[in-house]
Amino acid sequence: MTQQDTFFILAPVLEDRADELMSLLERMTLKPGLADPDNGLVPFGRFDRLHVARFFLVEANTWRDIEVYGQEPRPYPLHLAFLGDVDGDRQSFLKELAQECPDGLNEIFSHCEGAGSGSLLRWMERHNVEEAANYVNTRGRTVRQVHEEATLATVLRGKLANIVKTQGSADPFKLHRQLAEFVNHEKANGSLHLTAPERPGLLRRITNAMELISVPLILLLISPLVLLALPFFLIWLRMLERSDPEILPRPDDKRITDLGRYEDHDVTNPFSAFGDVKPGLFRRVVTTVALYLLNYSARHIFGRGYLTRVQTIHFARWVFVDGKRRVMFCSNYDGALESYMDDFVNKVAWGLNLVFSNGVGYPSTRFLIKRGAEQEAKFKRYLRNRQLPTQVWYKAYPGLTARDLARHGEIRKGLEKRPNGAKALRNWLSKI
Amino acid sequence: MSFGPDIPNDPVEFDDMQGLIRFGHGRLVEAEFLLCMVDDVEPAREWLRDAPVTSAATLDAPPETALQLAFTASGLEAFGLSNAETSGFSHPFLTGMAGEDSRSRRLGDTGQNAPKNWDWDGGEAHLLVMLYAREGGLDAWKDEVLNAGFKAGFGLIQSFPTRPNEGFEPFGFRDGISEPKIDWQNAHPPSKHGREDYSNLISPGEVILGHRNEYNARAASPKLEAGVAEGDVLPDAPDAEGLRDLGRNGSYLVFRQLAQDVPGFWRYMDGATDGDADRRQALAAKMVGREMDGTPLIHDRRDIEGSRQANDFTFEGDVNGVSCPIGAHIRRANPRTGDQPHHVEGRLRWVLSTLGFLRRRDKLPGRHDLVASTRFHRLVRRGRVYGTRMTPEQALKKGAKTGERGLLFICLCADLVRQFEFVQNAWMASPTFNGLSGEADPLIGGRAPMSGVASDGFSIQKADGIEEQHPNLPQFVSVKGGGYFFLPGLRALQFIARHGSKEA
Repeated sequence: MTQQDTFFILAPVLEDRADELMSLLERMTLKPGLADPDNGLVPFGRFDRLHVARFFLVEANTWRDIEVYGQEPRPYPLHLAFLGDVDGDRQSFLKELAQECPDGLNEIFSHCEGAGSGSLLRWMERHNVEEAANYVNTRGRTVRQVHEEATLATVLRGKLANIVKTQGSADPFKLHRQLAEFVNHEKANGSLHLTAPERPGLLRRITNAMELISVPLILLLISPLVLLALPFFLIWLRMLERSDPEILPRPDDKRITDLGRYEDHDVTNPFSAFGDVKPGLFRRVVTTVALYLLNYSARHIFGRGYLTRVQTIHFARWVFVDGKRRVMFCSNYDGALESYMDDFVNKVAWGLNLVFSNGVGYPSTRFLIKRGAEQEAKFKRYLRNRQLPTQVWYKAYPGLTARDLARHGEIRKGLEKRPNGAKALRNWLSKI
Repeated sequence: MSFGPDIPNDPVEFDDMQGLIRFGHGRLVEAEFLLCMVDDVEPAREWLRDAPVTSAATLDAPPETALQLAFTASGLEAFGLSNAETSGFSHPFLTGMAGEDSRSRRLGDTGQNAPKNWDWDGGEAHLLVMLYAREGGLDAWKDEVLNAGFKAGFGLIQSFPTRPNEGFEPFGFRDGISEPKIDWQNAHPPSKHGREDYSNLISPGEVILGHRNEYNARAASPKLEAGVAEGDVLPDAPDAEGLRDLGRNGSYLVFRQLAQDVPGFWRYMDGATDGDADRRQALAAKMVGREMDGTPLIHDRRDIEGSRQANDFTFEGDVNGVSCPIGAHIRRANPRTGDQPHHVEGRLRWVLSTLGFLRRRDKLPGRHDLVASTRFHRLVRRGRVYGTRMTPEQALKKGAKTGERGLLFICLCADLVRQFEFVQNAWMASPTFNGLSGEADPLIGGRAPMSGVASDGFSIQKADGIEEQHPNLPQFVSVKGGGYFFLPGLRALQFIARHGSKEA
């Protein structure tokens, strides 16, 4: 199984170069925010291992909020973030990137501090920030697989319609056989490709299994301690939850209008947000543990099309920056922002609370999972105040939703291994 | 179990509410809507002060006539209410339905439906006057309401006469069957996990501002700054010292003129079914999700809270869309889903379901849990039909003209974004609704690609697993204009009339 990896290059923008950088980034797009896959600077479309990627300017809109805790707010200088999700490992991808478009990358990064002198690759590696948590909709599914399965689905749809037109649909077994034969024929003459998925090596399987059991095992081992500490933890937590202030001003109308310019040019949208973690050791530890568990469950429990009940996310990333004082959140989701926020509020408010309630100004929670995002209007304000425009966003399979990808995968699966029984076959046919 | 905020169960004040929120004025079969500009603000104020606006309080005898008034954002300004004096009006109301490209993109107002092709834009008007009367009474009522004072104060931009209300839309289908029931008594507050199954009841705050909504929070309501002249007729704003509640008992009103190509619609059905009258009707019924007389294509009824018996059904038993296509109009407009994708019994099942472990995804194409919690996206519809009647048979006659007919779509909601825009975007116009691809609402969809994906197909799921495809649908319905309005409470209306007035 080809593993997915991530990169996240983050560097401060040189003073007075921000406007120039903005217009440079604009040159890479077809519509506001939507990358031209063949743009002259970083031609994303040329990289067949790249799922999604984005450039955006990181601005700390809410950095002053921490003042309510009596803390001196720390300004966060404007940064440029360049991130993406790839098949295979980061190192080799960045190398490929640096080889394929050094000029474009150099031109972009020349607006950042410390770039330009020495090796581009080394500079990117040095500025790479490891994620705290990462979610991949379907682990192991490569860009190539997505394209191949999409083509398969289109071809089968046409073929099925033709077969049914001439002979009807009475015998689903025969239909399956005919489609399978047709695909084999097309594969043999080279007009269809269905690359067999790479099987994970023994070492990979062992490390995966060890990772999988490690967390429950550790939890089991320390459970007596956890139980002892739980009352104190809860008391401490409730004290903080009672005193933590909500900071939820109405988002500036102009900002909302500006953010809208970048949205809904594809069925999928990027979301980028940046905010501060509540001060103090307690919150820092809770955020770290929550993101660790999130990452664990995204790797080992979810990652087969579902993040709890939500099925509209392609990739999502949580990253600590500035010494764990701040968190960046970037995701790629299907539909308009309002449906995305509603899906979360209505299905997984508890999950949002677990992570985001550690952010300064978040709607008040109870016991870390209750209330918070259940207060829909407040939660939306919190999120919108921290949302940032994504100046350049690329997706390797425009027009396809996560549901489309899953359906294509199910079509292929049923083609290669015939579903059992007439009813299951009919269900399979209905997906084509 | 619920630790919800303490929103008092305020009694709903019908006498401060415009009647349209509570009543569809169905018996007042005649209606006309007028889009106006303020020409001269003093006479306009004077007229407004005395306008016989209908309240939601019940009378001893049913009324003979009704008048309702709604304002655009620029209309409020025209009455001297500056932006600095108010806060909290919703963003889409302030910018208007056609005010931003991104909004038009989301609403599917692109291609032929783009605002540049509209006949009128509500954002450029000030006031919407809505007149209703019993059969034969409209002319007299118009003379009475649109008196010399009105003419001195307002200029007419456009008037929208309507066809007497019979409960059928222009294609010939019974309309207005599915309406949410507003829980005026606040007797069924949304408890913590109280709405796992679909219910037709909605909290008052889904329609009127300042009341409790389905999230157990107070519906956002615009406020008036402290010390504004005449502000003391308004109630105090809750949780905001010194401010007045301008939106209390008001609502947002969405108005869209949808022109319907009746000959085009029936000609398409006829062509697609080789002129077979029964199949023609059946295809149209598949697109709507109901027969022309309103009978739903789903036959197994179940008891649904707050629902009329004729409308007692969900799509639970038809997840694969064999009875009612997944993309059918009524399935998009109201997917009838609860908060959980399946019946959960017991704590453990509830936890497993919440964590996303109770999946049935591979079983059937329609079973995705992609569309949940319908209760947050309900609309109270108050539309009327315009233009002369044309039966399917007349529409199929040679030389039948498209003509001026259609629907004056009107709906009320407390949150324009979460309710109207969500329904229009994610359910009606989206080509990827509920796991589909390449089709928007077969009835009312614009056919321009949305977010780069085709939207002009329609698929009918069948028991044999082979979908019946209807590609390249022509456009049957075009948007001719639209706007967002504020339908104020009666005290707010008096405030608007008196504020800034020299005589006050």
